[in-house]
Amino acid sequence: MRFFEFEAREVVRRAGIPVTDYGFTTDPAEAKAIAERIGGPTVIKSQVLTGGRMKAGGVKFADTPGEAEAHAAEILELEINGHMPRGVLVDPRAEVEQEYYAGVVWDGTRKQPVMIFSPVGGIDIEQVAEEQPDKVGRRHFSNILPLSDFQAKEVIASTGVTGSDLNRLVPIVLRLARLFVENDMVLAEINPLGRLADGSFVALDAHMDIENEARGRHKKLLADLGVGEEETRQAREATPFELAGEEVDAQDHRGVAGNVTEFDGDLGLVIGAGGGSLTLFDAVRAHGGRPANYCEIGGNPSVAKACGLAKLVLSKPGVDKIAVMMSIVSNTRVDIVARGVIKACLELGLDPAEKIAIFRIPGAWEEEGFKILERYGVDYADRSVSLNEAARRAVEKIQGAPAR
Amino acid sequence: MRADGTFIAVEVEDAAAGDTELARRLAEACPVDIFLASDSGVALVDGNLDECVLCRLCLDAAGARGAGSPVKIIKLYDDGALLD
Ligand code: SF4
Repeated sequence: MRFFEFEAREVVRRAGIPVTDYGFTTDPAEAKAIAERIGGPTVIKSQVLTGGRMKAGGVKFADTPGEAEAHAAEILELEINGHMPRGVLVDPRAEVEQEYYAGVVWDGTRKQPVMIFSPVGGIDIEQVAEEQPDKVGRRHFSNILPLSDFQAKEVIASTGVTGSDLNRLVPIVLRLARLFVENDMVLAEINPLGRLADGSFVALDAHMDIENEARGRHKKLLADLGVGEEETRQAREATPFELAGEEVDAQDHRGVAGNVTEFDGDLGLVIGAGGGSLTLFDAVRAHGGRPANYCEIGGNPSVAKACGLAKLVLSKPGVDKIAVMMSIVSNTRVDIVARGVIKACLELGLDPAEKIAIFRIPGAWEEEGFKILERYGVDYADRSVSLNEAARRAVEKIQGAPAR
Repeated sequence: MRADGTFIAVEVEDAAAGDTELARRLAEACPVDIFLASDSGVALVDGNLDECVLCRLCLDAAGARGAGSPVKIIKLYDDGALLD
């Protein structure tokens, strides 16, 4: 779940990292009052959960409080990439000598956080990594063991920063890494981190993303920031297809058959099991397939739920076939899922043998499941066929399929 | 009395279908609510037939398995094989 900039700045401030004397408001008159309090030139920034706000006119500079008020009024009405702002942040226009970058991101492959630092800030770190790789320092660190100064020092020093800058930056990067771990974040980024004329550092902008599943562990922080429990903060609104997936999953308490994400391909996916969904989705793409959706099925859903999910996917415009694939299942029954997906085809007047590109779910009750699949002529694979190979076969089938 | 789903059919011998005590035991035993108990005996819930998890609890509640049971669970996808 992403934080707005004004929330991320508050998280940074609470961690003991210096921030500017900013203010957040939803009222132009209050923006004026904040600018008066700041007492100098200000920047008025739209608070939206999308990029490109500068280009869209969502960031404006003001020399007087009156100008700040006028800009705030404009920005509060400005939609950016389909998002209306939550409010505006009124920030002093700091006299910055140099902009730096400090960030921590979760590395899903290594299953560890990685600290990233660069003396080139204010632009995307990806761009810096590409154009000036020697100006990006990084190191993984444990999210269980305590963090030490030397870890941050090593990363910063590797980019050529020395002397008092290095000494002042170490606690900032260290605090950022700590707040990342303590708040179960997947991203904590200060960009730019500005060095002022007196040599001190101040966070000028921050981006943070907390692990969705960890929200329950951070109720106090979220309440302090005014984040409502109902706020999902997804990058976009759920599509009708995705909402229909939620309805399928909510129809009874048994198992999971939902968590649907819409894509625009032609191969419908009914996939799941212990990380299997992501692996299978990637495998389909790696073989040149175009998934129509992502979803998760597992935990032994009812036949009705498996059927509802398969029907939803089969009914999606552009879907030619579905691939029903899971890792080896133990707490989900193969025969129940087989019944569900075949029933979906039959209820839609479709031939399961033609519509199900492959059924690859080995595990509990597979003998019974395979009997059902054979009865309806569905191509199935047992555990001797890898997830990757099953995905390849599904893609091969759909690429040879005549267009609808 | 017999009801057919897509995959599963359930049959209750006519002589047993009016047994309210058997109906009560079946309704209590079945985890997916295929049986209903009423004043007139057993009723079958068509919409739940394909949810049958082949657990045999109904057969045990009826006191016998296989061909001799007053309750039969028939696997339509397996050439009508009986759950026993
Ligand atoms: S076998 Fe189990 S699930 Fe099926 S009808 Fe009997 S009690 Fe219900």
